[in-house]
Amino acid sequence: MEYLIIIIGAVLVNNVVLIQFLGICPFLGVSTRISTALGMAAAVVFVMALATAATFLLQIGVLIPLKIEFLQTLLFILVIAALVQMVELILKKVSQPLYQALGVYLPLITTNCAILGIAVLVTRIGYNLAQSVVYAVGIAVGFGFALVIFAGIRERQELYDIPEAMKGAPIALVTAGLMSLAFMGFSGMIK
Amino acid sequence: MNLAKELFRGLIKENPTLVLLLGMCPTLAVSNQAINGIGMGLAATFVLVGSNVVIAMIKNVTPDKVRIPIFVVVIACFVTIVDLCMNAFTPDLHATLGIFIPLIVVNCIILGRAEAFASKNTVLPSLVDGIVMGIGFTCGLTVLGSIREILGNGSIFGYKLVAENASTILVFILPPGAFIALGFLIATVNRLLKKKA
Repeated sequence: MEYLIIIIGAVLVNNVVLIQFLGICPFLGVSTRISTALGMAAAVVFVMALATAATFLLQIGVLIPLKIEFLQTLLFILVIAALVQMVELILKKVSQPLYQALGVYLPLITTNCAILGIAVLVTRIGYNLAQSVVYAVGIAVGFGFALVIFAGIRERQELYDIPEAMKGAPIALVTAGLMSLAFMGFSGMIK
Repeated sequence: MNLAKELFRGLIKENPTLVLLLGMCPTLAVSNQAINGIGMGLAATFVLVGSNVVIAMIKNVTPDKVRIPIFVVVIACFVTIVDLCMNAFTPDLHATLGIFIPLIVVNCIILGRAEAFASKNTVLPSLVDGIVMGIGFTCGLTVLGSIREILGNGSIFGYKLVAENASTILVFILPPGAFIALGFLIATVNRLLKKKA
C-alpha cells in the first residue's frame, strides 16, 4: 500500500515534467513521433532506476560517513555519466535488439536533468533504498506517460493551420501547459 | 570586439531562453516570481563566467577525448561554490530555488557555451561571452517571472499592484501558467524578430 501511494504520487500527482519541471529538453525534443517517445521513455525508466539506486548507495555509503555531502553534485553527475556509458557498452555486448531500440537515446540521457534531479531529490525526501527505487521508477513511468501523450497530440497538430509565429516551440509549450492543467486535477488525490 | 554588438547578440539575437530555447527546466520552474528569476539568472551567470574562463585557460592541456567529462567537473565545482554561498548568504532564495541550484550543472546553456565557445577561444572573449549569455539568460528569466507575477499574483518584486483581496489569474503562478506564458512570450519574440529581418 505504501509503495502504491508512492507510485501514484510519482506518476500522476507530482508528474516529473508537467508539475516538477524536470526533463523538459527531451520532453520537447523527442516528442514528435510516438515511436521515438516510447523508446526514450523505456530508456529513461531503465537508467533512472539504476542511477537512483547507485547514487543512493553512494550517498549513504560514502558521502555521509565521510561527511563530504557538499561534493554531492559533483560526484552524482560523474556517477550518472559513467553509469550511462556502462549501460550502453553492456547493452551493446549482451542484447543487440535492445541496444538498437534504446542505444540512440542513451547518450542524450546524461544531460536529462530529471535523472540528476530525482537522484538529489530522494536524498532530500529521506526515502530508504527500496522506496527510492520505487519512487524513481514511478517518476520515470510518469515521464514516459506524459511524453507519449504529448507525442500523440503533436503528431496530430502537424495537420493544423497554426499561425506562423506560434509554430514549433510556442505551440508545443502551450499544449504542455494545457496538459499540465489537466494533471493538476490529480493534485487532491494524495496529501 | 564590438561590445554593443556582443550585448545585442546575447540579449536578443541569440537569447538562450527565448531564441535558442536552452535551459528550459529552470526557466519554467523558478519563474513564478521576478525575484526568483533574477536569483537563478545570477547564479547561472556566475557559473557560466567561471567555467568559461577556466575552460578557456585549460583548453590547451585537456586531451580532446575526455574534454566533456573535464568540462563537467569544472562546471560542477562552480555550481558547488554557488550552492554553498547562496546557502550562507541568501538562505530564503536558496530554499525557494531548492533542487534547481545543483541542477545548474546539467543546464545545457553552460556546457553548450563551454563546448561551442570557450574551448575554441582565449580567456578574454570567453569571459565576455559568459557575461553576455548570462545577462541574456537572466533577462529572459526576469521578464517571464515578471509577467507571471503580475498576472498571477498582481505584484512585481513583491510590491502589490492591486488591492490585497483582488482576485488574480492564479493559474499563472502555478505550473501550467509557466508553459503557457513562455509559449506566448516566445511567439511574440519570434514575431518581432521576423519583422526586423
